[in-house]
Amino acid sequence: MEWVNKMTALNWVTISPLMPEIFTAVAGLLLLLVGALRGKSSVPFILSAVLVTFFVASCFLFFGYSDVRPLDTMGGMVVVDGFSKWMRLIIFDGLIVSTLLLVTWLKDSQMYKFEIPILYLLSGVGMLFMVSANNFLALYVSLELSSLSLYVLAAINRDRLDSTEAGLKYFILGALSSGLLLFGISLIYGFTGSLSFAEVGGILSQMEMPAGAMVGMAFVLAGLIFKISGVPFHMWTPDVYQGAPTPVTALFAIVPKVAAFGLIIRLLTGPFLSLHEQAAQILIFVSVASMVVGAYAGLAQENFKRLMAYSSISNMGYALLGLLSGQPEGVAAVILYLMVYMVMVAGVFAVLMGLKRQGHAIENISDFAGLGKSSPLMAYSLVALLFSMSGIPPLAGFFAKLFIFQAAVAGGFFTVAVIGVLASVVASYYYLRVIKVMLFDEPIGEFDHDCSYSRKVVMVGAVAFIIIFTFVPNYLLDQAQLAASSLFQ
Amino acid sequence: MIGVIAFYLFSFVLLLSAFFVITSRNPVYSVLFLILAFFNAAGLFVLLGAEFIAMILVIVYVGAVAVLFLFVVMMLDVNFSDLRKGAMQYVPFGLLMGGGLLAELVLLYRAWPVPHVPEPADVAMAVDNTRALGAVLYTDYVFPFQVSGLILLVAMIGAIVLTLRVRSSVLRQKVGDQVARKSGDVMKIEKVLKGAGVDHA
Repeated sequence: MEWVNKMTALNWVTISPLMPEIFTAVAGLLLLLVGALRGKSSVPFILSAVLVTFFVASCFLFFGYSDVRPLDTMGGMVVVDGFSKWMRLIIFDGLIVSTLLLVTWLKDSQMYKFEIPILYLLSGVGMLFMVSANNFLALYVSLELSSLSLYVLAAINRDRLDSTEAGLKYFILGALSSGLLLFGISLIYGFTGSLSFAEVGGILSQMEMPAGAMVGMAFVLAGLIFKISGVPFHMWTPDVYQGAPTPVTALFAIVPKVAAFGLIIRLLTGPFLSLHEQAAQILIFVSVASMVVGAYAGLAQENFKRLMAYSSISNMGYALLGLLSGQPEGVAAVILYLMVYMVMVAGVFAVLMGLKRQGHAIENISDFAGLGKSSPLMAYSLVALLFSMSGIPPLAGFFAKLFIFQAAVAGGFFTVAVIGVLASVVASYYYLRVIKVMLFDEPIGEFDHDCSYSRKVVMVGAVAFIIIFTFVPNYLLDQAQLAASSLFQ
Repeated sequence: MIGVIAFYLFSFVLLLSAFFVITSRNPVYSVLFLILAFFNAAGLFVLLGAEFIAMILVIVYVGAVAVLFLFVVMMLDVNFSDLRKGAMQYVPFGLLMGGGLLAELVLLYRAWPVPHVPEPADVAMAVDNTRALGAVLYTDYVFPFQVSGLILLVAMIGAIVLTLRVRSSVLRQKVGDQVARKSGDVMKIEKVLKGAGVDHA
């Protein structure tokens, strides 16, 4: 029988490229069992086991399969190449950092729920699969896996109104965006007769003006732009960022956007390569609108988490700039940008979570007053991170933006690049305002002493990264270029 | 011939019951008509030779979703006539939107060059579709199938973690505690002196 032969095709060779993900998923299931049997007392164990799992799996990835040539497996559903390897490494780093930020928070806020680290892990598995997807079906299921876990995490503090609101809002709008995505996928399937990225790409490149598939592409991109909170679909971001528990907000800001961006890159360089001109029109609009809205709406924010939401909206706009030209250099710039952005956000959240007055976490920008005097280490780390985010020269954020603008200018998108630079000037106001409040305003009350080592590790690590990157940018730049070039073979 | 009669019968009952779903005043009747509509849709799928989808429709929609609706309708005392109040004022707007969308669809349909649709392969007819699905589910589609399993697991974890509340005030049987009870914890033997009774202090 034919299917018997197919069954035996599911062997070590086909699953070994996906070892890190499978290892992570299986470890997650085992830990779920431990949590279900042992209950609350197992939370510290599960948390550390999740960290170890991420670390071991990323070691598998780093030292394992090193061929950068694309290799598709699981019946062509997923592809493992230099791009997916590097993106998965970034995602693993993001997951490790966000789990580190979770460590003390669980104790401080008395949230002894073993499901939280497990949901981190399962959403991580979804994100890892997202960047390796090679089929619209795989794209959809992996996106849903990661999103569904994130909806639950947003609402995890179920006794608080704002957390429930964030979860519900995210869930309903996320379901809507999934609907858009599926509608687009169905159009593409209807017009090309295939769901495989490679086949869709081949068929579309032979078609002249494939109108239906173009509409499908617009819908698919809309669904994904929702996930990265690009502008016409950004409404959920500030509310969800503000309402969700702070470590979960950190997770939202750090990892899923990298994964969704990986997916967008893969789609634009794979199935939609021949439609790049049409895709670029959508991207130009989203990118400009995100940069401008993110910069101007951020000016009015008082809540720091909301501010970070608008900052992430505008940063996603900058990252999209790099994709306009459709060249490997642009994609490499985007990968580098995402990496640097991830590190900076992680550092900022590490500082934010350490700020407390009389046991209460502070979120308003005016409450930052006096931080410069009471804990200079945190204050100056935040200064460095915010300088880097606003793109002030010697720090990593400047170089990341520089490469993006370079790629956009090289592709001939001068106007968009100029708008981007101007928007970044506007946006730097709100970063500088935080610094001003922190260093020069009159102190109001005492800050609690932050005794979390995991947060300090993240904070100091992030600051070290943005400073050291200035001196030795080449390794990461080379890796990003290698990853990008594997998409253009 | 019998197939044609069956098709029209199923379609007629389907449309009729779908109509009653939205017109009946009692929400319980609505759900019951919905179940009838699902059954008839399943019958249509059987006529098309898609017996697997028919089974799924009955098992999932009738067996789970419709029963869930019924529970919700019966347990939550929602006054549906209150909900409907004032709905009529949106009719012109709804008609406008619906008409616009319909016009767009018609225009699109008329301007659409008919795409080439390949004939279904003969193999598709030879194998019944439950078997065909079974043959690809764990082979070609093992990846989405397994990831879907993980998604359902996350849905379950999410439902539990967001709704389960352990209340200590509820009296319930704890078998573990009962088994772990020792006689010494709850019983003691006292020597009762004549005329003194037992001191309960």
